[in-house]
Amino acid sequence: MNRVKKIGALLGFLLSFSAWGGALKIEITQGVSSAQPIAIIPFSTAQVVGEVWVDVAQIISDDLARSGRFKPLPRLDMLNKPSSAAQVNFRNWQALGQDNLVVGKVLPAANGRLTVQFQLFDVYKGEQLTGFSVPANSASLRAAAHRISDLIYEKLTGQKGAFSTRIAYVTSAHGVNGQAEYKIQVADADGFGAKTIVTSSEPVMSPAWSPRGDKLSYVSYEGRRSSIYTQTLRSGQREKLRSFKGINGAPAWSPDGSQLALTLSKDGSADIYVYNVISRSFRRLTRSYAIDTEPSWSPDGRQIIFTSDRGGKPQIYRISANGGKAARLTFEGTYNARASYSPDGKNVTMVHRVNGQYRIASLELATGFTNILSTGSLDESPSYAPNGSMILYSTSDGLKTILAAVSSDGKVRQKLRLQGGDVREPAWSPFKQY
Amino acid sequence: MKTYQKLLVSLCLSSALAGCSMFGGDEQAGGSAAINGSNGGASTTGLNGADNFTGHPLDNPASPLATKVIYFAFDSSAVEPQYEAVLAAHGAYLAANNGVAVIVEGHADERGTREYNVALSEKRAKTVQNLLSLQGAAGNQAEAVALGEEKPVVLGHDEKSWRLNRRVELIYPAH
Repeated sequence: MNRVKKIGALLGFLLSFSAWGGALKIEITQGVSSAQPIAIIPFSTAQVVGEVWVDVAQIISDDLARSGRFKPLPRLDMLNKPSSAAQVNFRNWQALGQDNLVVGKVLPAANGRLTVQFQLFDVYKGEQLTGFSVPANSASLRAAAHRISDLIYEKLTGQKGAFSTRIAYVTSAHGVNGQAEYKIQVADADGFGAKTIVTSSEPVMSPAWSPRGDKLSYVSYEGRRSSIYTQTLRSGQREKLRSFKGINGAPAWSPDGSQLALTLSKDGSADIYVYNVISRSFRRLTRSYAIDTEPSWSPDGRQIIFTSDRGGKPQIYRISANGGKAARLTFEGTYNARASYSPDGKNVTMVHRVNGQYRIASLELATGFTNILSTGSLDESPSYAPNGSMILYSTSDGLKTILAAVSSDGKVRQKLRLQGGDVREPAWSPFKQY
Repeated sequence: MKTYQKLLVSLCLSSALAGCSMFGGDEQAGGSAAINGSNGGASTTGLNGADNFTGHPLDNPASPLATKVIYFAFDSSAVEPQYEAVLAAHGAYLAANNGVAVIVEGHADERGTREYNVALSEKRAKTVQNLLSLQGAAGNQAEAVALGEEKPVVLGHDEKSWRLNRRVELIYPAH
């Protein structure tokens, strides 16, 4: 008895310890009824010598399910498990109500490497829609699976898939000595493989991806004053941007990567500045006695939108990236802040207060129509997926802060939980560069 | 880990509640009257000359200098009247001790966006900094630092918690 207890306690400790590193668990809280049925057959690994630890078909299935636009067939409902076109009897899959079918295999390649082969079929026409061989090795099988998800998603929806992307976010928790511990982590878009890129006993905030996805800029209060750092993800090396008295915050990369918009208060109140990465010079963009902060670039790099309370309450304004006069964009409600453009530049997402609740909304620029997308009371930090399909944001869940995602039409909802602490300020990476 | 967090929260809560009764809310007339009582003598002599107190003047519970946290209304950086005497005392103390430095640390509650809250908390800190310099504190004696909503003293999604997080803390690093 005693021994069992001890083992139990040890297990508990190990479990809580592993949870500390933190994996994000994603659950879909609302899907769409129009989701397309698709059968993704387990990929054959018979020809590979040794064990293949990654279930490629399961990863693809989870990816497609998470998008809310597909309803993968449970494995228990599969009558047989073909791994090549010749083995497929389309009538069986028609009877199961499937629109599409994916078969594939993991094959050995030269020098101990692997190849993942897959084919996507239209079940009713009995035709192959697409098929690829994706090179991989045992360490990159997950990445290969996400790549295949991207190819299937694009073929079936006409929209580029964002399954090979990553997310950055801030966590905070109390460490063993009771000291606060703030981190920025980077994980795959499915929450897998979270890695901490910076840990501090003072707050870190506002992670911002470089347009190539190789660097992350963020604000750190180490030394008890705010500074902006830019960290190269691969090497972990970072560079501190020249910092000024007062606020050094809200970094945002221009789409071409040559400039960084940011907030400084060195000349009085918070204003937007633009830092030129090449000339290493700062240029002041806004001049007001009010708060100007949270800059974000238009996809073409010509405009910057930002939050300002120059009219009394925080609202979104737009200014040319070269300067000039700012024009107000939001007129609905008394609190609109932290806006960013959708990848196609047609909408902006922002935090919008309605009846005292802080919600994620999108504003259609052509019509001025505001669409409230989230349902929480303290929702913030909305970030578009690079294909514009989903918006990731943070929401409160009891006394904890978790991440949530909503499709840009508001139909699909997910929650992403991190065990062991708060997770907030998500930033979705740009597309992976192949 | 969870128990620890709970403990921390309850610790925060109990000290926050103590703070509540000490500083009072906007509607607590008793609290502001007590502070206003020492208002006329908001000069250093009145504060440092505390009768039987032999400790550091910043620790004298009878002096407005003992108050080092002041609270703000939602989305406001205006100093409320009941804190004017406190800030006058700190300003005069700094003016009389020009070797002393203070960090004026601004904070916001969790509502609204994070970087906007950094800017809002800086506005609060700068308002306090200005009031200190009006009493003769030199520009280099008080530094404004803005932490936004990043360091709440109470974790709770209600006004009771929020009002305690909307604050400016006067931190004397050498004290």
